[in-house]
Amino acid sequence: MKLLKFLGVRDSAPVARERLQILLAHERSLVGRSDLVAILREEILQVIAKHCAIDRDKVRVKMAKGDTLSTLEVDLEIRAPASGTIALAS
Amino acid sequence: MSQVVVVTSGKGGVGKTTSTAAIGAALAQSGQNVVVVDFDVGLRNLDLILGAERRVVYDLVNVIQGHANLSQALIRDKRCETLYLLPASQTRDKDALTEEGVERVIAELRTRFDWVICDSPAGIERGAQLAMRHADLAIIVTNPEVSSVRDSDRIIGLLDSKTVKAERGEWMEKLLLLTRYDHARAQRGDMLKTEDVLEILSIPLLGIIPESQDVLRASNVGAPVTLNNPTSVPAKAYMDAARRLRGEALDVTIPRDKKGIMGMLFGRKAA
Repeated sequence: MKLLKFLGVRDSAPVARERLQILLAHERSLVGRSDLVAILREEILQVIAKHCAIDRDKVRVKMAKGDTLSTLEVDLEIRAPASGTIALAS
Repeated sequence: MSQVVVVTSGKGGVGKTTSTAAIGAALAQSGQNVVVVDFDVGLRNLDLILGAERRVVYDLVNVIQGHANLSQALIRDKRCETLYLLPASQTRDKDALTEEGVERVIAELRTRFDWVICDSPAGIERGAQLAMRHADLAIIVTNPEVSSVRDSDRIIGLLDSKTVKAERGEWMEKLLLLTRYDHARAQRGDMLKTEDVLEILSIPLLGIIPESQDVLRASNVGAPVTLNNPTSVPAKAYMDAARRLRGEALDVTIPRDKKGIMGMLFGRKAA
């Protein structure tokens, strides 16, 4: 094996990995994969969690695709702080 | 609260049924009430892997069509009394399943069991979509091989769009179960490594199951590997995966046979 590497024969696993990465990036863009919803969800949550206490199980992110218009719906519960107002951390 | 889990993959032959049986049995062995449901209508095999093939009287299709009730169709495992099987029909096809029927059966199973584990058929068509429809959590069974990883990626897309949870805008939890892993080959650079598959699919890891003759031996005799040979390497890997499912924070290690010096001298491996 080492001799083969010395002779410049490439391992096959890195080739598989590269081919998959390129192929899947392409296929995901074709399907318009709801990956986007997952990514948006995570990033939106991170931003809100910086300032408010949220329950991650009570968050709904929904994307509806129409012909001319797509909508993104974010529905989340913010835990009420003791004082009854939302404290924003600066 | 009961959890509905779908074991899915897109590609056939990667170990969905074997994994459903092993994880279902491992959960039941730890005292949980478990039902494993075969959704592969027309090509059922979960009964065979569990050694219950001669005890099937009624099946999922009979229950959905109202020709039998759940209690008549459920088969209790002879070795583990908290493990049940709901078999698929062998003579019908996937069109015999209706969306309302599946919803009703899953709802009823939720009231009786801690875990409802649905063994999905291969493919991305109706049968696979019905199996995942009501799941709270998905186990994606993947081999470290290009076609399996690609199909898993497709299935992840479906889980994020075609399930009840996704339609409600809720987060569908997806966990990777890497099966038929050969550590030596991965080390040599001839097989995708765990990190490669995790990076490409970007979902958390539930477990790594090594390629092992113990798995084949267990299916030969009709017993989940966790019941047939609980001390074997794959059985331990499945048991650890089951513990992680129950919420334990266990580190995932690459399971390996510990060979003695004689084993190293005389041990032979296929391929």
